[in-house]
Amino acid sequence: MALTFFRGIKTCPLVHYPSAYFARKNGFFYCTTGSTETQFATQEKQQSGDSKVVPKTYRKSPDKLLKDYEAIIGIETHVQLNTSTKAFCGCPYSYGAQPNTSICPVCMGLPGALPVLNSKVVEYAVKLGLALNCKLSMDSKFDRKQYFYPDLPKAYQISQFDVPIAIGGYIDIDLPVEFGGGHRKFGITRVHMEEDAGKLLHTGTGNYSQVDLNRAGVPLLEIVSEPDMRTGIEAAEYAAELQRVVRYLGVSNGNMQEGSLRCDVNISIRPIGQQEFGTKVEIKNLNSFSSVSRAIDFEISRQVQLHSQGQADQIVQETRLWEEGAQKTITMRKKEGLSDYRYFPEPDIPGVTLSEEYVDGIRSSLPELPEIKRRRYENMGLSMQDVLFLANDINVAEFFDATIANAADVKLAANWIMGDIAAYMKNEKLSISEIKLTPLELGELIASIKGGTISGKIGKEILFELMAKGGTVQGLIKEKDLVQIVDRSEIEKMVDKVLADNPEQLKQYRGGKTKLQGYFAGQVMKASKGKANPKLLNQILLEKLNTET
Amino acid sequence: MLSSIQSPRLLRLSTLHQIPLRCLQTSTTPVPTPSSPQPTSQILKIRKSLLSRETTAVEIAKTFLSRLRRTEPQLKSFLYVSPEDAVLKQAEEIDRKIRNNEELGPLAGVLAGVKDNICTSDMPSTAGSKILENYTPPYDATAVKKLRENGAIIVGKTNLDEFGMGSTTEASGYQVTANPWDLSRVPGGSSGGSAAAVSAQQCAVSLGTDTGGSVRQPASFCGVVGLKPTYGRVSRYGLVAYASSLDVIGCLGSSVADTGIVLQAVSGHDKFDATSSKQGIPNFASQFIPKDYLDSKPLKGLRVGVIRETLADGVDPDVISSLQHSVSHLEDLGCTISEVSFPSFSLGLPAYYILASSESSSNLARYDGVRFGNQVFADELSSLYGDSRAEGFGSEVKLRILMGTYALSAGYYDAYYKRAQQVRTLVQKSFRAALEENDVLISPAAPSVAYKIGEKKNDPLAMYAGDIMTVNVNLAGLPALVLPCGFVEEGSSVLPVGLQMIGAAFDEESLLKIGHIFEQTLQGYSFVPPLVGDDF
Repeated sequence: MALTFFRGIKTCPLVHYPSAYFARKNGFFYCTTGSTETQFATQEKQQSGDSKVVPKTYRKSPDKLLKDYEAIIGIETHVQLNTSTKAFCGCPYSYGAQPNTSICPVCMGLPGALPVLNSKVVEYAVKLGLALNCKLSMDSKFDRKQYFYPDLPKAYQISQFDVPIAIGGYIDIDLPVEFGGGHRKFGITRVHMEEDAGKLLHTGTGNYSQVDLNRAGVPLLEIVSEPDMRTGIEAAEYAAELQRVVRYLGVSNGNMQEGSLRCDVNISIRPIGQQEFGTKVEIKNLNSFSSVSRAIDFEISRQVQLHSQGQADQIVQETRLWEEGAQKTITMRKKEGLSDYRYFPEPDIPGVTLSEEYVDGIRSSLPELPEIKRRRYENMGLSMQDVLFLANDINVAEFFDATIANAADVKLAANWIMGDIAAYMKNEKLSISEIKLTPLELGELIASIKGGTISGKIGKEILFELMAKGGTVQGLIKEKDLVQIVDRSEIEKMVDKVLADNPEQLKQYRGGKTKLQGYFAGQVMKASKGKANPKLLNQILLEKLNTET
Repeated sequence: MLSSIQSPRLLRLSTLHQIPLRCLQTSTTPVPTPSSPQPTSQILKIRKSLLSRETTAVEIAKTFLSRLRRTEPQLKSFLYVSPEDAVLKQAEEIDRKIRNNEELGPLAGVLAGVKDNICTSDMPSTAGSKILENYTPPYDATAVKKLRENGAIIVGKTNLDEFGMGSTTEASGYQVTANPWDLSRVPGGSSGGSAAAVSAQQCAVSLGTDTGGSVRQPASFCGVVGLKPTYGRVSRYGLVAYASSLDVIGCLGSSVADTGIVLQAVSGHDKFDATSSKQGIPNFASQFIPKDYLDSKPLKGLRVGVIRETLADGVDPDVISSLQHSVSHLEDLGCTISEVSFPSFSLGLPAYYILASSESSSNLARYDGVRFGNQVFADELSSLYGDSRAEGFGSEVKLRILMGTYALSAGYYDAYYKRAQQVRTLVQKSFRAALEENDVLISPAAPSVAYKIGEKKNDPLAMYAGDIMTVNVNLAGLPALVLPCGFVEEGSSVLPVGLQMIGAAFDEESLLKIGHIFEQTLQGYSFVPPLVGDDF
């Protein structure tokens, strides 16, 4: 289904099409119209922010000031789908490939070439729509969004305008405990399918720019949130949850650094109690969740500062860039009214009609989603901290689920994974799927300790062996002769021997130096090569020490 | 001009019926070349002479090429002619196959012209625009690929109005093609080069494209057969888009059979065109029964509807006479004639121009100087775009881009684009209803015969009005066949008139059958222009 076709045409555009670059004199072209805007969502509710509600409050501290305002935050997220071919042609896409090596007449926008929809894109869109609790449009269509920019070879982006594939959903979030915790539900305005644009390569010194069309035509899902978020951390968690959802669904790698998940934040502030929205500012260039959070916090204080100083009119509708180095937002471009994208229905692609059977098939194949997983873990009695840790990464969650599926103790399994295993992964810079330990063996290990076959200490030793080299718990126990000694008479023999070998210390003990109990215990444990059951050992040792013969 | 066409002057059916056949023949229809044979299929003729070893593919190619060389300086139908050795090499390959008794494609040795807005990997494909000057695509259009697979030899790329926008070839970025019947007249457009080339036998058949009549109107002007298939019948992959929802690749030939055989070759679903249809393709050739085997009333019981609005004010009286003559001829063949009224007919023209312009403004946006066209140096990106496009596009294209951009602009979309789409739905409904009552509908292919070069150049509305007969068919996506049905005398010239037959969706078969019988039984006409002379 995904691989609709491969075109048999190989082109080397930089040779065949020498005009695939364009000259620039001033070193940098400003994009006059952004490619990632939507005319929906937060925008239509926004109004001019010139209100003079708040009197000058110079004396208030910044923190106190912030309490008088609330921020209205909405996010547009672009998720790049990991389909094996592009949205409308048979070209594969791999991040970081040589420029213009994965292109064909279709994604190059050559005259006469036509787009043919990759059905996998629809499948992924339906998956995400369902996962975000949206209502699906059983009859949707594609539209052309028209603007000129050199990275857009057709001068229009195939997108969805008035009938997006999914609308009106929501997403559940559990805020991290260290940020006060709490559950939130944020609205999803819409999810729609569209294609990505290419990339411009600006030469540092030269007076021209080059166009790389590898990314042109790669499928995207744009997810527009309701303006429901109020703080940077809420926004960051919204984005993180979206990342979790797309990773759980397997529709995208959700990698922010590679641009597989891109967030544009819309933010305005208003004095608490005011009904109208303030002037909206858009922030771009957010490459991590923490930059989402920090950029918003910066922007909130910037806007509150201006507003409280009677300079609300300086908050203008604009796009600002987050500068990671300086930790601040700067003006990228000011908006001159709304751009007119002259949307109209894409005549080259027939309408997309979903059947009930198709949707039901996808619905029944959905994996357990993060929110459901978290609730399940919570009901198992795990703390929210544990729940968030385990459910954060689909691979960790699957490892955990597989471990407890083997009847392992839930709390113990969580502790092992979050403790020694997580530490090892961090040190070795490995993911949970890269370590040699299998969930089955972790379950075995936990059972072996719980059942007393081995001690916790030995369990730890075995764990590292299992993570680094693999193998089975049983095998290692046998191989290293690590079975715990629980035979009373055997331990008694060892105790007797230690007491006999240390008459001087025994004398001292019995003379009142009871601290020496630890010494004896150590000696016995040493003699047992660490295998003696500590509880039994101490019990026998005490008995013998305190029984004068 | 538009309004004069829109105001309906009813031509009563009773009048139509009362005109006796002989009266029509004597009073209005000049007969230029008496007692000529019926049009014969060039393709079948070539095939027959090759298989009987009467001649060789090389000889046939040489004949066409020499005629092409002789007539081309006057006609200018080609923007690019394949080098002679390339053509002869392909012909030799066919001769080799014949010698070895290898299987021959249905178009083996047939020299075909291809409109220059259809991509060819071995020839420039400029769509008649300076903005694509010297552009050679890296791939063959599906239709071209299929022509080649069927054995056809592509002889060159034919002239057109830039991107198909025009009705005369005067809007070509390179040259104006002349009408082989009168060199001072236009061949029609936008497939004027393809029609003129077939008319003058510079090639046996050709591919054109039809967005609002661009195959049918030039076929009418040049006295050849033009077939506009159902939208989706032929893949558009490799057709340089003008208006994607209306564009269709069509066939031109000197007989109905030729267009049918070419259609057979280029039809079919294409995975590279999502709008191409998976409808089965009947064997069109089975319709081409030789004249001698026809019954006396071969079209008995066939219901033919005459579209009343196409015989209204603004239509040349001689054209109307020719149509009436055709009606009589169809009656003689056994057809039942009735009149059909299309209240929405005149709305089709403005709706067409809004939709086509809107789509073209989008389709042509990619020619921005970054990859296509001469890149003009500029300080700002917007000037680079503006200056490059200003230099590369001709005025008719600019006019339509402006109209389309306006119609799609925020605040105007509902008033123009959306309303035009509503008209389109209305037109589709009207056709559906009319085609339930009738097997085919007929009308003139154009309101006039070929006019003088320059006559309507500065009056775009007059030129647009000439598309009144054809645009509705594109809005409805239906198949239509235009074939010569008579002549009109204009001064010293004798100019052909085309009859349009419109069929139900994907029923090209009926059109070809009726057209073939009509053509084979029409007495006393020969549609070979004087330019070609006796060597044909």
